[in-house]
Parts: sequence; structure tokens; C-alpha cells
Amino acid sequence: MKRPDVTTTSTRAGSVASTISFSNVDGPGNRFVVFLQGCNFDCVACHNPQTIPVFQQVVHGDGHERARYQRSVDEVLAEIRRAAPFISGITVSGGEAMLQPEFVRDLFTAVKADPTLQRLTCYVDSNGSCDDATWDVVTAVTDGTMIDLKCFDDTIHREMTGQSNGPVLRSIERLQSMGLLHEVRLLVLAGVNDDNALLHRTGEWLAAIDPHMRLKVIGFRAHGARPHDPPLVEPTAERRQAIADLLHTIAPFDICVV
Amino acid sequence: MDVNEFEARAHALVTDGTLGYDQKVRRLASLATEMLPYPILSTECQEALDARVICDMYEGNAPFTARYILPDYEKAIRNGLTHLEMPPPTTLDDALAFLMVMYGNVPSVTTYPVYLGDLDKVLAPFVTDEISDAQLDAALRRFWISIDRILPDAFVHTDLGPNDSRIARSVFRVERSLRQAVPNITLKVDPELTPDDLVEEGVRTVFETGKPHFVNHPMMVADHGERYAAVSCYNSLKIGGGAHTLVRMNLKEVALRHLAADDASLDAFLATTLPHYTELTAELAEARIRSLVEQQHFYDTHWLATEGLIDIDRFSAMFGIFGLAECVNLLMSAQGLDGRYGHDDDADALSRRVVERVAELVAVRPMPYCAGGGGHCYLHSQSGIDLDHDVTAGTRIPVGDEPGMLDHITTCAPHHHLFASGVSDIFHVDETAVRNPQAVVDIIRGAFSTGMRDFTFNLDSNEFVRITGYLVRKSDLAAIAAHEGARHGSDLLASGSEESFHLTQRAVKRIGCHERTVQ
Repeated sequence: MKRPDVTTTSTRAGSVASTISFSNVDGPGNRFVVFLQGCNFDCVACHNPQTIPVFQQVVHGDGHERARYQRSVDEVLAEIRRAAPFISGITVSGGEAMLQPEFVRDLFTAVKADPTLQRLTCYVDSNGSCDDATWDVVTAVTDGTMIDLKCFDDTIHREMTGQSNGPVLRSIERLQSMGLLHEVRLLVLAGVNDDNALLHRTGEWLAAIDPHMRLKVIGFRAHGARPHDPPLVEPTAERRQAIADLLHTIAPFDICVV
Repeated sequence: MDVNEFEARAHALVTDGTLGYDQKVRRLASLATEMLPYPILSTECQEALDARVICDMYEGNAPFTARYILPDYEKAIRNGLTHLEMPPPTTLDDALAFLMVMYGNVPSVTTYPVYLGDLDKVLAPFVTDEISDAQLDAALRRFWISIDRILPDAFVHTDLGPNDSRIARSVFRVERSLRQAVPNITLKVDPELTPDDLVEEGVRTVFETGKPHFVNHPMMVADHGERYAAVSCYNSLKIGGGAHTLVRMNLKEVALRHLAADDASLDAFLATTLPHYTELTAELAEARIRSLVEQQHFYDTHWLATEGLIDIDRFSAMFGIFGLAECVNLLMSAQGLDGRYGHDDDADALSRRVVERVAELVAVRPMPYCAGGGGHCYLHSQSGIDLDHDVTAGTRIPVGDEPGMLDHITTCAPHHHLFASGVSDIFHVDETAVRNPQAVVDIIRGAFSTGMRDFTFNLDSNEFVRITGYLVRKSDLAAIAAHEGARHGSDLLASGSEESFHLTQRAVKRIGCHERTVQ
């Protein structure tokens, strides 16, 4: 087997679901991605529902076992060093990255302190639900954030995620004002959050913050998501493009449709 | 071959309903040389050749052209051509017409030129500020269509870079609009000289047409000097020179023969078996080189040589190896170890011992008329021909068995510095990269900074499929399967691979096949 080159001095540990060496869908360029375990949202459309519980259910021998996936900053750094020549940066995702702000801070700090890694940018991919004080733990060492806006309507947001969107909207505004907002992701769930009038209000709110904002319109994909009654519906490619076109009538957003 | 077999094969060619006229003429010529005696080989060398442990790429019995020729087009343009009665061109249109005439007179084993010049440099004197981008695109577009129709062979190759230029950018625009298999393209990349956005232009062009191939310019310059080019598929050679021939050793077959021997130990493999077959391969190369140079007098008689556009002192021969993956896995199993190449540190370490041993042996084996390689063959990771079965091209990890891209690169990269004349590993990039070409630029830069020489990637679901380094369109393969024939000679080679390996059904996962002379 392949042996990672670990020279651990073991600092802070995080609950890490998994890592991937190369990703081209988690921020600018090629990125090493750390998926942290545990999320405070319980989204009906989540395509990685196994990362929601703080404890991960693992099959061990003949029975099930609850286990935390602990990895130290140094262990993750050793993996990043292998990928470093090939990437633009690292992204911490989840689960919800900002449930472990100290781990994120220490990981980013370590990257920026290492002469061989300091050119890498450090991004957070978050549901945007944490408060200012929590963001303030990481912002000094963070180069950019990507925030999901599940729905601009709070009632629908609560139905989709189990939580209010108030903190999410606050995060988007504040991160933008700090120059740390790379992208806002708009998840589209056909028949749930894709009403044209609602999308129009969403676009106007975003345009007031930054008319050139980078938006990613992401169609819900059933693959990986938990079964739901009634079944959740994937928007068609035409519908996703129509949503992008609608948003473009509001402001010159930089829109990517996936 | 006796006369009856000759007659039967010639008859089959002339009556073939799918081959075009030119394709028949070229095959008939190739068939004719098979009636001539083969260069004299030792009994052991002949047996190894007959058993295809070593291979001459079916170049023919009496080589009468160098396999790969890289004429000095810049010199030709500067001085004009006596033999072809072409004065030096003075305008872009003249230069393009001049080159087209010259291409028709540059030989190779495929009969088509494998090198069209570093066109950004060759054409630079003619692309003045008075010529707009639109005019440049229109001129190159006509030129590109002519190349594809007149030289219908995907081994026809041009190089660009490492410096940025209007010509390079125009070529990429034209490529994306035409989507032709011919010509093949290499972009030379130097981290100091090549801007990221030019590499990105290249990456965007790969998304459309599967081209260009990327090479590590500083590493190439260290081996060949500034005047080198990548030609045909993945063969890096000196401009004004080239390769007399290409011979290759099947490491899988060498390993199988070793394991059947009395002393089947790993030490004996490295100390005895590998040197033995390396020498037989070298003997084959030497016999073919001497035949070309001393019997057929190619370099004494061809106009490219007499006009100083090629120089025998800038030639060498290519010593190819393939089947490393099977070789390593067989040797691992024989030691009771189950690690596989590309998936296991010990297997990967063994792969490096094998390749380094061959490199060491080739580097000390004197080879006549090979001043271009310092009196030795260039080592080459040979990417297969259409007749290869159950053996992996070059030093690649078998198709379908590739690990994640980072492990794939770190397995292959340590071999690359040893293969002066090229090594091909093809990486697969999924569709999501189209929205993030910078991600591929990152990987290319990383690959070169960690010692890779050549980098090629395929986009899954592309219409273009890379076979070894040359490209075919899936729709053209489908036409051959429907017995409609093919305009490109290389499509017919690819079709052989396709029938053997069902290449198109494996998305863009590629298989072995290489130029097997004129099929």
C-alpha cells in the first residue's frame, strides 16, 4: 500500500470525515479538500448525509460502533504537502466547517506558517450559519469563503434545513464587507425554492450587496440524498439556465450553472 | 515471404473496398520491401524478434528513410530550397504555401511528415502588426484544413511555445473551431516563460479537441538543447535531426522468460536477463541503423541532408520499452508479494529499479551514427501499437487500474527524467474541469515541477480519443466499423486497437497502439 509521509507532532485534532487530494469544484483552481464531520443543518437535499451527525456510524467487525474521526492538524498537513505542488489551495468543507473553527484556524495558520505551503490559499465552504464571533476565529487566516444560501424565504429555509436563514444572510453581508466572500451557492430544488418571484427577491438582495457577485446556481441532485416523501425533484438543465438568465436581468452577476 | 504469399497479400490490398487509393499505394510499397532480405542478425536476436520479445515496429526489411525526421524549417524559410526551386518567402501567404510544398517532400515511415515545425517561431517573421488577428485566423484556418486533407495522418505534429505569441493563440482558436484530428500539437511549457493564461488556452483547447500535449521545456532543453521538438506522438528529438529507427523491448515477455529460467531471482533478472535482452534490442537497432546509413545511403542522397536541413550528427535511435506494469507485477508475484504497480510502494520501487537498470545499460551501449544521443540510443517509453495484446503501453499503469490522479502522477513521475525521447502517461479529467480550467493548469505545473517530462490529459466524454498520442474522432471509428473506410491513415491503426480493446466503450480510457508503419 501507499504510505503517507507523516511526521506527526500532533497538535489540535479535528473530527474529519475525509479528505480528497484534488478537487476542481471547491473553489478556484485545483484544491485539496478537508471534509469535517458534523453539521448543524439537516437539509432534506443533503448529498452527503453521512457527514451530518457529529458521530459517524461505522461498521466494525460484527457490530455497529459510534466513532469520532479524529485527525490532527499535522496529519492533515502531511497529506497537503504531498498534493501541494499540484494545487492552488485548500478548502475546508463539511459537514459544516465552522462547527470546528479552532481546527480550521490552526490548520490555516499552519499552512501559512510553512514556507513550502504558504502560497496556497485557504478557503472555507460553509452553510453560513455561525455567528460573527465564530467567523472571527478564522477570518485572519482565511482567504475566501463560499456560502450556501438554501433559500431567501425564511419559512421555506426552515422547512429545507431545520434552521432560520437569518445568520446565513448576516454572514453573506459581513463576509462581503470584509472582502472574504468568493461565491454564494444557490441550491435549486424544483417546486420548493425556485419560484420566480422568490428568485427575483433573492437576486435583488444579493445585487444590493454586490452586483458583480459570483453566484453558482446548483441544481439539486438526487444521487446521495436521502429518500423523501414526496420525492425531491431535480431541476432540468433548461430550468437552471432560465434561473441564471432571470438573475442576470437583475444585475451583472458572475454566474456559473451546474 | 514466398511469392504466393506476396501475391495473395498484394491482391487483397488492391481489391480492398475500404482503403483509399493512396492508402493502397503506401501499403503496396511497404509490402514490396518485405521481399528484400532483412539486415543480418544473430540467431538469438532473430529468435527474440520472431517471438516479439523485441520488436522493430514492422518498419520493413530494408529501411530507406529515417523513421522520424525534424527538418530545420526556420533555415529552409531563411535560405529557400534548391531541390524544390522555392525562393525564400516574403509574406505570410508565401510562407504557408512554401511550407505546404515542403511537407509534401519530407519522408517518414508513415510517408507523411511527423514534424511541421515550431510554427509560432517559423511563421513569426511574417506575422507583422499589419496582419490583424482575424486575417491571421483566416490564413491559419485555410492552412490547417489543407494539412488535414493533404496529410491525413494524426502523427503529423506541430509544436508551440514556450513563449507566448499571437500565432500560438490563433492556432488554439482555429483548432477549437475546426475540431480536426490533424495536426497533433505540443505546447512547450516553461514555468518562467509560459504565462498561465497561455497554458489555460491550451487546456481549453484540449476540452474541445484533445490537443495539445504539454511538455516540460526546461527538462527537454537539458537533454536536447533549445532546438528540440515533440513529434509524432510523444517523441522528443533534435530539430535538424531525428531518429533513424525505433526498436522496443517487451518487459512483460522478458519477465516471463526470466521466471521460466533456472535462476528466477530478482537479482538475476537485473544482473543477467535484463542485460541480455537489452543487448539483443540494441543489436536490432544497430543492424537497422547500419542498413539505413550504409546500405541505403539515406543521408548521402536525400535532399534534406544535401541542403543541410538535416544533419546525421543530430540523429540517434529510439530504444523503447513497454509492458513495465506486467513485468513488475510478475516479479512481485514471484517473490510472493501481492503489491501491484501504481498501488504499492514496494512495487513502485521495483519499477524504478527495472527502468533505471535499462537506462544504465542503454546509456553505455555504443551505437553507430547516433551522435545526437551522444553515441547512444535515446530511451523511450513506447506507447504501444495496434497489434499489442494483454500488455500495457510503455511505463503506464494499466487502463482501468489507475489510482487517483495524485498517486498516478507520483508513481509515473520518477521515471520521466530517464526517457529523453519521451514518455506518455495519459490522465483522465472529468467534465467538471471544463468550468475550472485553472485546476488543470495547476496540475500541469505541479507535474512538471515534480519531474514529469510529458503531460497529456483526456476529458471524459470527448469526441476525440487519444490512442497513444495521436487522436481520432469516435465518429470516424464508427465509420470504419460500418465498413465505410477512413480518410486518415491513423484512423485505421486506431480501429485495430478499438476492435481489440473496445476503446470507445471505455469512455476516454485509452489503450495501446502506435504507428506501425503504413498499415
